[in-house]
Amino acid sequence: MTEERLPVRKVKVTALCELCHGRKAVMKRPKNLQKLCKECFYNVFETEIHNTITDAELFKPGDVVAIGASGGKDSTVLASVLKTLNERYNYQLKLVLLSIDEGIKGYRDDSLATVKRNQAQYEMPLEIVSYKDLYNWSMDEIVACAGMRSSCTYCGVLRRQALDRGAAKLGINHIVTGHNADDVAETVLMNILRGDTARLEKSTTIVTQSTGSPIRRSKPFKYTYQKEIVLYAHYKKLDYFSTECTYAPEAFRGTTRELLKSLEAIRPSCIMDIIYSGEHLTLKPKKKKITPKYKNQKKVNDEVEVNADGSVSLNKEFKDAGLEMNRAKVSIENNASIDGAAKLSKTLEQLSF
Amino acid sequence: MAIKVKVEFLGGLDVISSGVREHKLSVPLEEGEATLKDLVDYITKTIITDPKDIPVFIEDDTVRPGILVLINDTDWELEGGEEYVIESGDVFTFTSTLHGG
Repeated sequence: MTEERLPVRKVKVTALCELCHGRKAVMKRPKNLQKLCKECFYNVFETEIHNTITDAELFKPGDVVAIGASGGKDSTVLASVLKTLNERYNYQLKLVLLSIDEGIKGYRDDSLATVKRNQAQYEMPLEIVSYKDLYNWSMDEIVACAGMRSSCTYCGVLRRQALDRGAAKLGINHIVTGHNADDVAETVLMNILRGDTARLEKSTTIVTQSTGSPIRRSKPFKYTYQKEIVLYAHYKKLDYFSTECTYAPEAFRGTTRELLKSLEAIRPSCIMDIIYSGEHLTLKPKKKKITPKYKNQKKVNDEVEVNADGSVSLNKEFKDAGLEMNRAKVSIENNASIDGAAKLSKTLEQLSF
Repeated sequence: MAIKVKVEFLGGLDVISSGVREHKLSVPLEEGEATLKDLVDYITKTIITDPKDIPVFIEDDTVRPGILVLINDTDWELEGGEEYVIESGDVFTFTSTLHGG
């Protein structure tokens, strides 16, 4: 480091915003290393998201859009920015907050309190769908039976379905989520590391839709860095919740995330570069090789078993996935190998309600 | 002479300091000489409650990638990073970006 040690209180010429050249720069953009002041950062941040939305034609005037809101930084910033852009560019959207209550004591109950405050702050209606109501199982109960090992996998599959159900209940067919550039790059990396080429091609698409589902999901933050989201929330003093889930994240994802963070520290553009690579990878068309087992499972799962109280039978879903859920048992999957966990996640993601 | 600074642990990072988000510190270091690196060493030794949590904050002898560091609300990358010379009245904000959103 050959940097001069000048008194901090004096604003160095090099520390001025590279856009307005008037105010003091407060942040360095990881994307292009540009140094910006707060005002210019807000402007660039919001405009880039607007451009992402218009380039991908995510919305039409009059659309009702559900924001998947967890109370965390990404979805809180998403709600705030969409409200700003909707007003600034007259998207003519009706925005609704849609939250999932997984039933995790000490985590989700607290984060839902944040979402409830967001509801008032952003003047948006809020709908909360709970696992307990929908499946008659809370996440705490599932973990008590199935163990911590695959809790993230279960939870992820159930949440996706729960969001769809919540949106359907509100008559909404578009859900936006706070997945950011870091998340997308992480998914590309994970799919490469797992050799999951089937998912690799889809992992960078901004709009996704499950077959047979009328509900579209999109990621307006696809090109937005996590660092900038956190900075935006910090400078704008947005009210967000930041406690780690009580249940440990999937080890493989956690390790991939750390790898990505270490890469970003050396070369900040690598997140955009990984997404770019993911977008431009064209895989050789492969011979269809669907294992008959999965094929059959999909057919079987088309039937939905609904309990008398309107909840979906979870037992059936998990049984189809080769799992038994039984409240009497203490643990069923504690000795599942890594290989088994991957298979389980694949099977679970094939489920349709 | 001790240097009086404020240190904030945000974004869930307060778990490593018994849930305390804001720390007012009197750092026993020489003003004009002590750098942010010295402060980080001091924090590691004094504020982190459980030594097992040190890797949550430190990796390869520096602040772990994924933790955003602000010096008086300015990105530390613009202030010389660890080489920044700390002054009385400074506010250092450490925010974890590693949590789910």
